[in-house]
Amino acid sequence: MEITQILVNVAGLALIAAIVWYFWLYRKEGVQVAEVAGVQEVPITVKGGYDPDVIVVRRGKPVRLLFQRQESSLCSEMVVFDTIHRSAKLPEGETVAIEFTPEEPGEIPFQCQMGMLRGKVVVR
Amino acid sequence: MTDSRKTGTTPSRVVDPICGMVIDPGEAAQTRVVEGTLYHFCSDQCAEQFDRQGAASAPAPSAAAGSMPAGTGSAQDGPRELDLPITGMTCSSCVVTVERGLQGVPGVEQVHVNFSLGKAHVVYDPARADAHTLVAAIRQTGYDVGVSEIQVRISPDLECTACVGFIEEALRGVPGVLDATVSPGTDTVSVRYVAGQTDFGAIKRAIESTGYRAARAEAQEEPVDEETAAHQREYRRLMRKFWFAAAVSVPVMLVAYPELPWLYLPNLFLENVSERLVWWLFLLSGVATLPVMFYSGRQFFTGAWAAFKHHAADMNTLIALGTSSAWIYSTVALFFPHIFPEGTATPFYDVTAVVTALVVLGQALEVRAKGQTSQAIRKLMDLQAKTARVIRGGQEVEIPVEEVMVGDMVVVRPGEKIPVDGVIVEGRSAVDESMVTGESLPVDKAVGDEVIGATVNTTGTFKFRATKVGKDTALAQIVKMVQDAMASKPPIARLVDVVSGYFVPTVMIVSVLTFLIWYNFGPDPALAFAVVTAVTVLIIACPCAIGMAVPLSLVAGVGKAAEHGVLIRNGEALQLASQLKTIVLDKTGTITKGKPELTDAVAGPGFDEATVLRLAASADRPSEHPLAQAIVEGARSRGVEPVEPEAFEAVPGHGVEATVEGRRVWVGNAKLMERHRVDTTALDAAVKRLQEEGKTAMYVAVDGEAAGVVAVADTIKEDSIQAIRVMQEMGLEVVMLTGDNERTARAIARQVGIDRVLAEVLPEDKAMEVHLLKREGHKVGMVGDGINDAPALVEADVGFAIGTGTDVAIEAADVTLVGGSLKGVAYAIEISRATMRNAKQNLVGAFIYNTLGIPVAAGVLYPFLGILLSPILAGAAMAASSVTVVSNANRLRFFKAKSFAEQP
Repeated sequence: MEITQILVNVAGLALIAAIVWYFWLYRKEGVQVAEVAGVQEVPITVKGGYDPDVIVVRRGKPVRLLFQRQESSLCSEMVVFDTIHRSAKLPEGETVAIEFTPEEPGEIPFQCQMGMLRGKVVVR
Repeated sequence: MTDSRKTGTTPSRVVDPICGMVIDPGEAAQTRVVEGTLYHFCSDQCAEQFDRQGAASAPAPSAAAGSMPAGTGSAQDGPRELDLPITGMTCSSCVVTVERGLQGVPGVEQVHVNFSLGKAHVVYDPARADAHTLVAAIRQTGYDVGVSEIQVRISPDLECTACVGFIEEALRGVPGVLDATVSPGTDTVSVRYVAGQTDFGAIKRAIESTGYRAARAEAQEEPVDEETAAHQREYRRLMRKFWFAAAVSVPVMLVAYPELPWLYLPNLFLENVSERLVWWLFLLSGVATLPVMFYSGRQFFTGAWAAFKHHAADMNTLIALGTSSAWIYSTVALFFPHIFPEGTATPFYDVTAVVTALVVLGQALEVRAKGQTSQAIRKLMDLQAKTARVIRGGQEVEIPVEEVMVGDMVVVRPGEKIPVDGVIVEGRSAVDESMVTGESLPVDKAVGDEVIGATVNTTGTFKFRATKVGKDTALAQIVKMVQDAMASKPPIARLVDVVSGYFVPTVMIVSVLTFLIWYNFGPDPALAFAVVTAVTVLIIACPCAIGMAVPLSLVAGVGKAAEHGVLIRNGEALQLASQLKTIVLDKTGTITKGKPELTDAVAGPGFDEATVLRLAASADRPSEHPLAQAIVEGARSRGVEPVEPEAFEAVPGHGVEATVEGRRVWVGNAKLMERHRVDTTALDAAVKRLQEEGKTAMYVAVDGEAAGVVAVADTIKEDSIQAIRVMQEMGLEVVMLTGDNERTARAIARQVGIDRVLAEVLPEDKAMEVHLLKREGHKVGMVGDGINDAPALVEADVGFAIGTGTDVAIEAADVTLVGGSLKGVAYAIEISRATMRNAKQNLVGAFIYNTLGIPVAAGVLYPFLGILLSPILAGAAMAASSVTVVSNANRLRFFKAKSFAEQP
């Protein structure tokens, strides 16, 4: 085996490892939400993903997520909170509020309708 | 942080930019700082609305009128009068509260609140008070003011932000207008005003005074139309991108294969194409392909990058990687051919151009088809009437439907659409409710009956009092429910979510592996093969088809159901409904009409049926007992008109005693007959037979003689039998649940063809019975009304609530049947099954496509059959697969159900 061939193979395998690490193993830090006037409020930008996409809140206090979609791609036109049976259309450029009060610690995932874009609210 | 500007007259007060209410900054419920400006809000709602609208569309945080153009909306001299409709006043003492509240407003000269009209007449000095302060004062007393909203389109386009202020100020100067908010993005202004106090003409004049023209915004039902418009814009944008990519692709293709003489364009002009020319043409292709990637394929790169930042990967990632690696490889091969093994340095720019074109075309078609899937909901929205004929000040006036208020008297003429929900107060007619309930026959409506907005009057004329308007109407609730349901997910989609989370990175890994395998073990030119196959793998994979499979079917299915008056709450309900094996039907109000009807009239010796019926109905006419009413109505419908009795007395627990045309008539049970010593032996056989049929029989005696028997029963709805048969044909076990005694229950069950009857079940035990049926191991659906049967509906796997008039959002129900017909249950199950079948087809199709397509693209067939997929073919396949999924979901729109099949 030539040296280039070895290098190419090593690079390929390293790339696979990088993909696995970057997309699956990487754990994100959540954004801790500050409380304003009794409401835990956070703006979320929707553009190819949710930014921030991991939101840490405290339980028992109302949470208000302000989604703003800044793209026209149809994928993100709706955000779905399946576990709490909530969903909302996100018209481009408008801010849409989703409010709920988490009572139990745990995770509340949200995503676009097709599940390509994901985020979650971590309740502590 | 800068403080807000203060108004000149009241320095300690600020104006809520949303509702226009003047508030003390210290008492503001919420504040926002946008671009250094501080806004105060009277309530959380206003703050939320502000957040939704964004600061751009909100007016400056004060009531500053300095920017007003002269002459527009300026205060007139002398006091101004205003009638404010007040809601929530339940007692006459409220009048005092409201009056006191209004008198406390500076500038108010006279106040008179009329309780019965629900209106406050205010005379005030426009220089010191205005409509917002008056409304705010009323709200502070705990009541509310009937407020309407209208959208007005402004033309020509708004160009300056100052104009926004002018228009808003001009509108606020119009008497009755509470607030006006211009949204420059859509060139519309939304005006909130006290209903009945202003009209479109005044609003139009105010806008025109600023130099703009005003027109009624056609799109009153904004959300859906907006969505349609957005879809259309997206479609046009994608098609433009496609045409550009296609235009570049053709010449690039024609100079891409010098080794194929018949496809190589320069061969037309030259005998011998020099290598130098080939090289230059490739270079030209490479340059021409760049704008294709960055204009037509821009969304792939921006999307991929955005996803990448989130440690995610989607279809954009695959296409961006595929097209860009093809381009980069080609370019390197073009400039540095020597670094590649002999024969592998062939550029293939055509792949980049053609794949981009095809995938963009696929996306465009997908957008268009997606619009069609949600067509059902648009149809529903289009049902809304545009105008209403309302009585205002004793006159019939035609006003936009948005201006109709609760309590308004609405006139409906033959052939007209009923504008809002209400109760008939005068006249009668038959109403075609098919668009809302799915019921094809017109329904008779008389005084006291509910009418549903968006349904169509047939031949009669009637007046009704509006009870629900705007967002509260049945139609609005239906639209909301359907939209919510369309956005939800059936459990089957959760599996998909798990898969799609791993799908794209897996494809990337497969692509790298494919490259390595071809590179190490492939035939010469190994590197070229390796690159082409790796790119093909990236391009053929179609995560979109998997991700869209279930949601698209759901949208189509839920929409289709709504067209038939079947409202499915969410995807979970839909999936469970498709799995039902047992259906429990509550008897009263579900199988039967839930109110007694006259079924038989039997004459005794010496009397005839018509006489018995006429005397019985006349005697019962003044009675309010439901059984008596049933006899009176039954007689009428058989062409026997009862007369007014000369004397009448109700005997509680027994029946009635009356004098009709000079004859003493008793109608009642055996006890009543015994009391008057009437010999009933001749009728006993008939009574016994009627009772065995589950009917309530009443004796009729005339002048002390047994004249006959009338029988009343809760009759079966016309279509119950057919619906139950359809359900049984679908393989469902149908069970009847009732509180009636066994005999009556059996009698009804026999008529409708139900074998299994659970009788004598107390209302509180219904849920328990459902629970026991579930223990048999089947999924159980329960059908009942949403109020008495709520616990049983919740206990069942799927609760079907029979609609009660205009209240369609029944909490306990998973499925609401607006029409009240059992056919809806059969239909709901049929459409659920069809939808789930469709979703599974989509899902299986998408999985098979990917699991076959990816290995073929990787070249597994090459060693055996020598088949290798070209990346261009892969691009076409990928575009086709997502279009196929969408089209398959669209098939549901043409679904024909058995349960509604026999209708004309």
